[in-house]
Amino acid sequence: MDLKQLYQDIILEHGKSPRNFGKCEKYTHEAKGHNPLCGDQVHVYLKLNNEKNVDNVTFEGSGCAISIASTSIMTELVKGKSLEVAKKIVIDFLNMIKNTQEIKSNDLDEDQKIKIMSLSGVKQYPMRVKCATLAWHTLTSAINRKKEEVNTEVID
Amino acid sequence: MDINLIKSQFPIFTKRIKGKPLVYLDSSNSSQKPISVLNSLDYFYRNKFSNIGRSIHSLAVNATNKFDETRISVKNFINAYSKDEIIFTKNATESINLVASTFGQENIKKGDEILITELEHHSNYVPWHYLREQKGAIIKFAPINEDGDIIISKLRDLITSKTKIIAVTHLSNVTGTIVPIKEIVEIARKKNIPVLVDGCQSAPHIKIDVKDLDCDFYAFSAHKVYGPTGVGLLYAKKKWLEKLPPYIGGGGMINEVYKDKITYASIPEKYEAGTMPTAEVIAFNESIKFMESIGIQNIIKHEKELTNYALEKLKKINSVKIIGNPINKAGVISFVIKGIHPHDISTIVDEEGVAIRAGQHCCQILHDRLNLPATARASIGVYNTKEDIDILCKAIENCRKVFELK
Repeated sequence: MDLKQLYQDIILEHGKSPRNFGKCEKYTHEAKGHNPLCGDQVHVYLKLNNEKNVDNVTFEGSGCAISIASTSIMTELVKGKSLEVAKKIVIDFLNMIKNTQEIKSNDLDEDQKIKIMSLSGVKQYPMRVKCATLAWHTLTSAINRKKEEVNTEVID
Repeated sequence: MDINLIKSQFPIFTKRIKGKPLVYLDSSNSSQKPISVLNSLDYFYRNKFSNIGRSIHSLAVNATNKFDETRISVKNFINAYSKDEIIFTKNATESINLVASTFGQENIKKGDEILITELEHHSNYVPWHYLREQKGAIIKFAPINEDGDIIISKLRDLITSKTKIIAVTHLSNVTGTIVPIKEIVEIARKKNIPVLVDGCQSAPHIKIDVKDLDCDFYAFSAHKVYGPTGVGLLYAKKKWLEKLPPYIGGGGMINEVYKDKITYASIPEKYEAGTMPTAEVIAFNESIKFMESIGIQNIIKHEKELTNYALEKLKKINSVKIIGNPINKAGVISFVIKGIHPHDISTIVDEEGVAIRAGQHCCQILHDRLNLPATARASIGVYNTKEDIDILCKAIENCRKVFELK
C-alpha cells in the first residue's frame, strides 16, 4: 500500500489548513466527539435556518491529519445543503468507509466527489477508520440533539 | 554481551513486516518472546500437560513441581523473603486490583485517602477509583515537574493522618522516569503507610530488589519480561497476605468446605483460585533464565547506551521534541513532531517495518498534565540495536517528507 493513497494531497492540505475551523455565530446545534484511544477531540457547531438548510457548520478540536481533514471536508460538503441531503451525505460517507460502498448521492458535484473519495484510502488501515469517522458521527449527534459526547469506543 | 546472539533467540525477528525487517520498538507495551519460552510452552502442552495441585498422577506431580520452580525463580528474581510471598495472577492489572480490593475492604473508610501520582498508568488508578466510588475514599495525585519527575516534597506534603496507602509506579511508561521508590518508602515508613509499587515497566529493565526497596506490594507482568501473556505477578509481604481477605473464590484457594462454613488455603494458594495458566507460568521460568543468562547489569548497560544514542539522534531531527527529561531515564522515549500527529507518525513508520505506539499509552492524567493530546513512543528492549534506532530515525525523516515539513 502506497502511503500516498492514504495521505493524498487533498488530505494533507486540509489537515494543515482546515476549512470552517472555529465556533460559528448563532449555531443552533452542537455536539462533541472523543476518541479516547488516541485523544482526538472534535466539537461540531451547526447552524440550521428556518427552512432546515445548513447555513453554516464549523468545528473545533485536535487530532491527526486524517481526522482533521475528514472533518474539514465534511463541513465543506454539507454546508449549504438541506438537512435531509446532509444526512444522506453522512450515510453515504460512512457506508463508503465501513462497507466499501460507492458514493450514491446525486447531491455532490464532481469536485466534492473527489474530495470525499480522497478519504477512501483509510479503508486499508482498519486502525485509522475511527479517525476518519469521528466527525461524521458527531455531526449526526448534533443533528439529533444528542446530549452525550460521541465516543468512538461506544459507537461501532 | 553479543546483541546478535540475543536477537537470534527471538524467532519473530526473522519475519518481515510489509516486506521490511521488523524494528520492534514497542516493548513497553509488550515484549517479544525468546525461543526457550516458546519451546517450553510447546513442550509442556505436547509432552507434560496436566493441571497442578489436585491429582497425584505423575504428570500432575511434575506440573506442580515445575509451577513451583517458577515461583522460586520469581522470588529470587525480585529478592523476596519467601516464595509464599509470590502470587500468580492474570496480569499486573489484576495484581493491583487484588490489593486495592482486599486492602480496601478492610482498611478504607469514607474520607480515607489514597495517594498516587500523575505518572500512573490507568491500571494503577482505576482500581483505586473503585474505592472512591464504593467507599467514598479520596484519591490524591502527587504532582510531577516539567521534566517528568515526581516532586517528592509535594508528595510528602500530601500525606495526612488519613492517608491509608501510597501506590506509585517504579518506571513511567511515557517519560521513562525511574522513580526513587526507596525514598518514597522511607517517607511512608515514618507514617506507617504501606506502599504498592507498579513494577510493570521496571521488571524487564532494572534490578528489582523488594527487600532493599522495602515496599509492601510489588506488581508486574510476565509478558513485558519476555514471558507469555496471561501471567501476572504480585509480591506482597507475608503479613499482608496472611491478614487480608481472599480475592477470587473457588477451587484451589480453599482448605475445608462445609455447608455452613469455609476455611481458606494458606498463602500463596489462598490467592490463586481456579485453574491457573499452568503452561505459561512454567514457561515464564525460561524468561527469567533468559534475563539471568545475559545478566541484569549487562541489560542495563546495553539499554542505557541505546537510549542515549536514540535521544541524541532524535534530538537532531528538526521539529522532534522529546517528552520529559527525568533525572534517571530508562529506554522509554515519547516524542512529538510539530505538524504531524502521533497517529500519522505511527502509520507512516509502520510502512518501514517500525513498530512504535501512538496515543496516550493508558496515561490520560499524565497527558492532560503535560497538555498533550497524544504522543508517539519508541520503547527499547534487550534485543534492540543501534541499527533499529537508525531505521526509526530514517522513518521519521520520511514522515517529515510525506507531510512536506521543512
